[in-house]
Amino acid sequence: MASPETAWGGAPQDYRPSPRQLERERYRRSRRIRNRWIAALCTLAFVVLVCAAAVLSPGWARVRGTFLSWPEFTRTFPATLGGFWLNVQMFLVAEALILVLGLAVALVRTTRSPGLLPLRLAATGYVDVFRGTPTLLIIFVVGFGLPALQLQGTPSQPWVLGVIALVLSYAAYVGEVFRAGLNSVHPSQRNAARALGLSETQALRHVVLPQAVRNVVPPLLNDFVSLQKDTALVATIGPLEALRHAQISADYDFNYTPYLGAAVLFIAVTIPLARYTDRLQRRAMSKQWAAAG
Amino acid sequence: MTAADGVGRPAPPTALEPLLQIRGLRKQYGGRVVLRSVDLDVAAHQVVCLIGGSGSGKSTLLRCIDLLEEIDDGTIHLGGVELSDPAANTAALRRRIGIVFQAYNLFPHLTVLDNITLGPRKAHKVPRAQAEERARELLARLGLADKAGEYPDRLSGGQQQRAAIARALAAEPEVLLFDEITSALDPELVGEVLDVVADLKERGFTILMATHEMGFARRAADRVCFLDGGMIAEQGAAEQVLTGPREEATRRFLARTFEH
Repeated sequence: MASPETAWGGAPQDYRPSPRQLERERYRRSRRIRNRWIAALCTLAFVVLVCAAAVLSPGWARVRGTFLSWPEFTRTFPATLGGFWLNVQMFLVAEALILVLGLAVALVRTTRSPGLLPLRLAATGYVDVFRGTPTLLIIFVVGFGLPALQLQGTPSQPWVLGVIALVLSYAAYVGEVFRAGLNSVHPSQRNAARALGLSETQALRHVVLPQAVRNVVPPLLNDFVSLQKDTALVATIGPLEALRHAQISADYDFNYTPYLGAAVLFIAVTIPLARYTDRLQRRAMSKQWAAAG
Repeated sequence: MTAADGVGRPAPPTALEPLLQIRGLRKQYGGRVVLRSVDLDVAAHQVVCLIGGSGSGKSTLLRCIDLLEEIDDGTIHLGGVELSDPAANTAALRRRIGIVFQAYNLFPHLTVLDNITLGPRKAHKVPRAQAEERARELLARLGLADKAGEYPDRLSGGQQQRAAIARALAAEPEVLLFDEITSALDPELVGEVLDVVADLKERGFTILMATHEMGFARRAADRVCFLDGGMIAEQGAAEQVLTGPREEATRRFLARTFEH
């Protein structure tokens, strides 16, 4: 048995936890086990309560028949899934365009060069108008108004018009996200870059922008989660995407299960993105703490 | 511009006039006058220490010299060229000056090597291979040879500040401005940065540094300037200003500094 002195000092290989430490670890372990039991029991009780409230409600039988019909689900889901491919295409194309347009708007709004004043005013006006207008309204205006102009080369496919509307709506938000990111980089970084002899543009390109983009990845992904489900709004101008397919199936026999199928699909793509955003945010936060400590 | 002998020794003085010449420099923020009228000469190969209380304008003076602040009056000349000319090409003039900040201000998204080569590559159009070779020489000289690929947040404060000095040296500047470069460091890391400054002095660099390290100023400075009330209140040989100040304000400041 080691003497009490060696429990505290000595070379690392001689280290042996003190009785007090062993006691502390035993206590912590018992607390952890207890907390796990509490969490499990509370979760179970909560789930049982919610399910019971639904199942025991007077209209449950009808709701189950109309919204949760398994045969209806298996019959209509393939069509909804086929339509969802169009949603995926729409948000992928829209996301790429939104990043480009949003960044351009943010850069124009942050420059101070006198020759760019008209562009700066246009960008400010654009953000004000499109951020303040409901997305659904923009989809109507672009979807029905743009073709009505009968300009040459105007696209006529509803999904393309839908993407244009989504890009116009979301790039206004994303532009503001980028602008906040540019402002979040401390001025001392720009000063350090300029002190090295870099021009304003070079300092922006090599020092400010890379840090700004890194800072805004989580809020950007958050906007994209929202965009992915908003592709369903495009259903209102007619392309055969997931929600439109579900609507057609539902109208056929007044069973609303297809809507649930569509909801499952949207959730399936947004949840992974949301979890990924959470992870990035956690990592950024722990890094900040490390830097502060 | 400067002789490139591998370690960036500045060109020898061409005239008897000081390398850096400041006359009647005034700087105010709104109604608050920080620098009233500063006259200061720094001769080539000299180390000049700026001392003074918190808020006395030491940092502001250095930032004005590097054109990071718009000055409100006076002139600044470097080697006969007026830096304070409003139509001057500031980017080109800044390449002749190296500045190191209190908070290092390294670029966190770049490795140490890229921090050092960014200026030469982008502002001076030096080919990457050449810029990196020179950066590695500098890092070796500053005892950071093994840190080239690290990101700044993996370095200690002293290492970060030495990397920042390497970054300032990469452009082969004619004059170095050090803005309280040891103030953010833990006491045991101050020495390694001051050793670098002493080494730069040995190699003949022209240095103007704001500092609170009175011991270092006494050992290394050719001249010490005491900044008070927006003016240079007293200046002279380090030994004279620090041990036998003529001005009452200097005496009071030094007494406060050495009290603890």
